[in-house]
Amino acid sequence: MNNNRTSAVDIAQNVRNNVKTAADFIEEHLARIAEHDGEIHAFNLVLAKEARARAAEIDEMVAAGRDPGPLAGVPVALKDNMCTQGIPTTCSSNILADWRPPYDATVVTRLREAGAIFVGKTNLDEFAMGSSTENSAFGPTKNPLDTTRVPGGSSGGSAAAVAADFAPISFGSDTGGSIRQPAALCGVVGVKPTYGAVSRLGLIAFGSSLDQIGPFAHTVADAAVGLQTISGHDPGDSTSIQEGPLDLSRKLELGVAGLRIGRITDLPAGASPDVEQRTEEAFDALRAAGAEIVDVKVPAFSYGLTAYYLIAPAEASSNLARFDGVRFGMRTASTDTNHMYMATRTEGFGDEVKRRIMLGTYALSAGYYDAYYGRAQKVRRLIANDFSAAYEKADVLLTPASPTVAFEMGDKASDPLTMYLCDTYTIPSNLTGHPGMSVPFGTGDHGLPVGVQVLAPALKDDVMFQVGAALERSAPQRSTGSGEGGAS
Amino acid sequence: MPDESPRITVDEVSKVATLARLILTDEELSTATAELSAMLDHFADIDGLDLEGIEPMMQPTPLANVMRDDVVGVTLNREEVLSQAPLAEDGRFRVPPIVGIEE
Repeated sequence: MNNNRTSAVDIAQNVRNNVKTAADFIEEHLARIAEHDGEIHAFNLVLAKEARARAAEIDEMVAAGRDPGPLAGVPVALKDNMCTQGIPTTCSSNILADWRPPYDATVVTRLREAGAIFVGKTNLDEFAMGSSTENSAFGPTKNPLDTTRVPGGSSGGSAAAVAADFAPISFGSDTGGSIRQPAALCGVVGVKPTYGAVSRLGLIAFGSSLDQIGPFAHTVADAAVGLQTISGHDPGDSTSIQEGPLDLSRKLELGVAGLRIGRITDLPAGASPDVEQRTEEAFDALRAAGAEIVDVKVPAFSYGLTAYYLIAPAEASSNLARFDGVRFGMRTASTDTNHMYMATRTEGFGDEVKRRIMLGTYALSAGYYDAYYGRAQKVRRLIANDFSAAYEKADVLLTPASPTVAFEMGDKASDPLTMYLCDTYTIPSNLTGHPGMSVPFGTGDHGLPVGVQVLAPALKDDVMFQVGAALERSAPQRSTGSGEGGAS
Repeated sequence: MPDESPRITVDEVSKVATLARLILTDEELSTATAELSAMLDHFADIDGLDLEGIEPMMQPTPLANVMRDDVVGVTLNREEVLSQAPLAEDGRFRVPPIVGIEE
């Protein structure tokens, strides 16, 4: 991959100080997209014209002595489930294929106001349901490090866009691991912030009590700037917490001396030996950097998968009821309204989305509500209680992000349950609302990257970044030249 | 807990599909029944947990009943919204007839 890439922090500094123009940076990135995205398919839509126009505006601001902001001229890619006014927003679903939202998501507004330039909308598993980006109605995204393999999902397009240097920062959404797992598989940093730290206004809802937007980047410092920009209270989202923007950059250089890093001794098995070994080495590296490693137990961790796959589909079945062919998206013509709803949804949704709507509808249906949804919510409380107890002994916890390195396309496509197991280690922090991030830490099988996950208590995103930065400094260099189809 | 075998029948899945406003072919129905059964089997791992007295957790924040001030603000432009509908007429969404449906 590109060893002399320019970070988002450097791009913004260059543009703000008039060393290099936003137009130049945009052209470099658009050229890489034009050359490589035909194969990788990170984007559903490339916004070349809009990006050039915005770059010209940014450069004019600088020429006029005005500061465009902390992300001045930085190319940014957005997962295609975040609303962009007048620009198609599809969720990689046929049911929304031609929809142009009448408003911008809050994150879109904040990024634009910070000087960022949107280069495109990235591919995803339809409605963010999946762990491989193979469930897109518009075809799969390929892993830029090995195009026979998946980039992970559901934010696979956003992860691939950063890995292929199409943009130094991209944004995804994480409902059960949809940022952290693809980040691990593509060898980039990926962050799910504390629930409520980032506005969900304009993020097309999947599981409303679980969804959170977060950044992908090559470096922890870039991810910090990206997340700081989009975080902070938004009156337009009733689950937005009453806090100012997260302050993350401040602690990146502090190191980990004196911090307690928790090892979950009863973590569910399932990680492959290469991933286990890198995770062990991450503990060693932090110990060498002065941290104390402490053993903790999270007995309910292993019930996370069940609780999640009852709660998330239940919320999804409710959220996706709005796609009925009346107000937006496609409609299948019919002679009466009820049949029109059914025909539209049957034609418009893909298999995995239907599967989850059905599962969620069942879990919420009369006679089964208490047995499934109700019990799952109690298990969710057990998991939160167990994490609270663990965080009395440890400042952060360390686990693998994904059980394996990137797998081959088609490998898990035939068995939904096998695919769901990809989320084993990431799901609990969505249930608890706690932050989690994946940081690349060396390579595993086939020379592919391994991601180590840092978990922290609610609103301790800054400590999580502090540990993430220390991991980044001590990470073994990834061998280069293993990529087959990547941008270089 | 329902623990008869199989965990879910074709008839139940058919009912769920109707509730979810989805049309499944016979083949899709049988695939969905097998898949849902396998999932529910897997989810049986929580059956043995003692959850007596545990308060259900609906969402992660301590927030409840967040209201905004009742003041007039900017709203979406009606024409813009309607322009994204499959069919609109006279400032309203247009749908096929609602009455006369056979259920």
